[in-house]
Amino acid sequence: MPGSPLVSRRLWISVLIVPPLAFVALFVVYPIISAFAYAFFHWNGLARGEFVGFANFYKVLFTQPYADWTVNAFLHNVWVFFALMVLQNGLGFLLAYCLWRELPGAALHRISVFLPVVLSTIIVGFLWKLFLHPLFGVVNISFRGLGLGGLAQPWLGQDSTALWSLIVANAWHMVGFPTLVFLAGMQRIPGEILDAVRMETESEWTKITKIVWPLVAPSATVVFTLLFVGSFNWFEIPYVMVGLEGSPHGATDVLGLYFYRTAFGNMSGSGQDFGAGSALAVLIFVFIALVAGVITFKLRAREIQI
Amino acid sequence: MKKLVSSTIIALGALATALPAMAQELTFWSWRQEDKAQYEKFIDVFEAKNPGITVKFETFEATNYNTILSTALAGGSGPDLMFTRTYGGMETVASGGYLLALDKTNVPALSTFTAPALASETMRSNKTTYAVPFASQTMLVIYNKDIFDKNGLSEPQSWDDFIKASEKLKAAGVMPFANGTATAWQNEVVVGGLVSSIMGRGFYDDLMAGKADFTDKRYVGALTKLKEITKYFPDGFIGLDYASAQQLFSSGMAGMFVGGSYELANFKKQNPNMKMGIFAAPGLKAEDEKLVALYFDGGYAANAKGKNQEAAVKFLNFLASQEFGQMFANDLNNISAVPGVTFKEPLLGEVADLNKHSIPYLMLVHFRYGEPSGSVLLQSEIQKLLGGKATPEEVGKNLTTGLAAWYAPFKK
Repeated sequence: MPGSPLVSRRLWISVLIVPPLAFVALFVVYPIISAFAYAFFHWNGLARGEFVGFANFYKVLFTQPYADWTVNAFLHNVWVFFALMVLQNGLGFLLAYCLWRELPGAALHRISVFLPVVLSTIIVGFLWKLFLHPLFGVVNISFRGLGLGGLAQPWLGQDSTALWSLIVANAWHMVGFPTLVFLAGMQRIPGEILDAVRMETESEWTKITKIVWPLVAPSATVVFTLLFVGSFNWFEIPYVMVGLEGSPHGATDVLGLYFYRTAFGNMSGSGQDFGAGSALAVLIFVFIALVAGVITFKLRAREIQI
Repeated sequence: MKKLVSSTIIALGALATALPAMAQELTFWSWRQEDKAQYEKFIDVFEAKNPGITVKFETFEATNYNTILSTALAGGSGPDLMFTRTYGGMETVASGGYLLALDKTNVPALSTFTAPALASETMRSNKTTYAVPFASQTMLVIYNKDIFDKNGLSEPQSWDDFIKASEKLKAAGVMPFANGTATAWQNEVVVGGLVSSIMGRGFYDDLMAGKADFTDKRYVGALTKLKEITKYFPDGFIGLDYASAQQLFSSGMAGMFVGGSYELANFKKQNPNMKMGIFAAPGLKAEDEKLVALYFDGGYAANAKGKNQEAAVKFLNFLASQEFGQMFANDLNNISAVPGVTFKEPLLGEVADLNKHSIPYLMLVHFRYGEPSGSVLLQSEIQKLLGGKATPEEVGKNLTTGLAAWYAPFKK
């Protein structure tokens, strides 16, 4: 019955809902589903060949040299995740606590900690590449200036330091994010609870472990999950600082670089294999979705409602 | 008479509108955006001689060129004429049957090209050539003439000379070499540019004949010498990237740069006042043949299913001609693959002379036909060698076993 309030209300709702839904379907759902489909075909360049079932998955997981490359890159991602968990989230928590307690200079520090976050990742990558330049980098020059020339290293050129250099660069860039999230969590803790604690103990340690940490659990859920997703999708910093090959000799290879090289090829060495690349993309996606789901579920369970 | 001429023109004009196929427009795809102006000039020369044929030069991003091209060809919307990569990169396009087979009947000038040039655009499985090769690149040593003169140095004739020259530069407080190996592909470059003479032509021939692999003592010996001379690379060179290395040389801070002939134009642009010389890195003894490593880096091909094939072949014949080769060398400062071209830029002439004693740039030319490619393996193994994580023997062994995954002669 046109003109009735119910119909026009429905019409109104669908006018509002359909465009964004169509947008998401076209630009999010469709690409994801088609990437899934791509992984099951043989590819000549970007021209789709015959259906090959799970052959591409088998190739990247079980045939050499792909199997070794996959494991190598995956283990580096795992390593990066745990290292950043300490360096980025751990430090972020401590910084947030210091800012929250309003130690001297908190206002200035609140800004400076967050400042690198707004820089583009590409700029941060180039910046750190310059910092770590073996001849003119500020890191080596500082060591030499302090008479510690022995500590000057070709940071990005040796397998013992290259991945760590990338991790430090990433932590420097992003530490402000967990700081901000934790700080927001801490500021939500009601004053009565803190007053009550103050009557029980003077120990900062007890306060952190027994009160603050449990009460910022929702913030922890957010930063842990995002760090997990970010670590396994890690691409920009390694790409800018060490190149597609994960130099030196694969010591910094991560799934993102490996996927890109495999799918799109690398002018200076490898050919392109869109099928194997898509298979890798699907595997990365499924892995991240599953584990991120579990992490979120588990962490949610320990959150306390105040 | 005048009337006849004008009516003929009108008639021809009418014919041209009635039969659009008569006015043949060819599309020509390339990855060289930076050479567009020069190519348009070359095309003008062709069009002036071939009225009725127009060629439209279109460029695409270099890194994704092969992807874009093979997609278009597979979808039936490919160009009439196109740049093709060489070796493995050419085969991925040609194996789809998209490229017109070229031989003496349709492009007679091809028979004058050198065998290595033709090999770069010939598919191994059916021995068919699919493109007219356009340029070669040479891996060699570029040096700063002023620095060499100031230190009383001349081009080294033996490996000992080479080491002594490096030693002398180092003692004088000049970086002997500017090279760094943090950028993976630079590792392949230093092997080609520094130790091709030491591995030698004999090793190359045996490798191709299936009589030797990379564990051969000539190859391992060459890598040993490579490791030795990197003592004269900058401090922390394993962490030094390609762009920084180029800057060290172009700013006059280093005496030598091991690299491709493509660096010359770039260095000249960066520092127009720098006087440069080039040489082939010597073998162990002065009498050993001095070899550079050579490869071809592109060619011109026609679409096998193109509508205006006759016109396209005409254009390919133009691209294979001496006249074009000469313009190419003059305007693009590159070593044209057309035989008999002369070079007005003296350094390019010297490169062409060095090319007379060359072996192929091994991994790129022969070992990029499967995964893992020889280039990927070599780059990573040399990084291990120079980072002290592998011995030359281990590198030789890893290359051989790695390539055995797809290279039949190494399969045991």
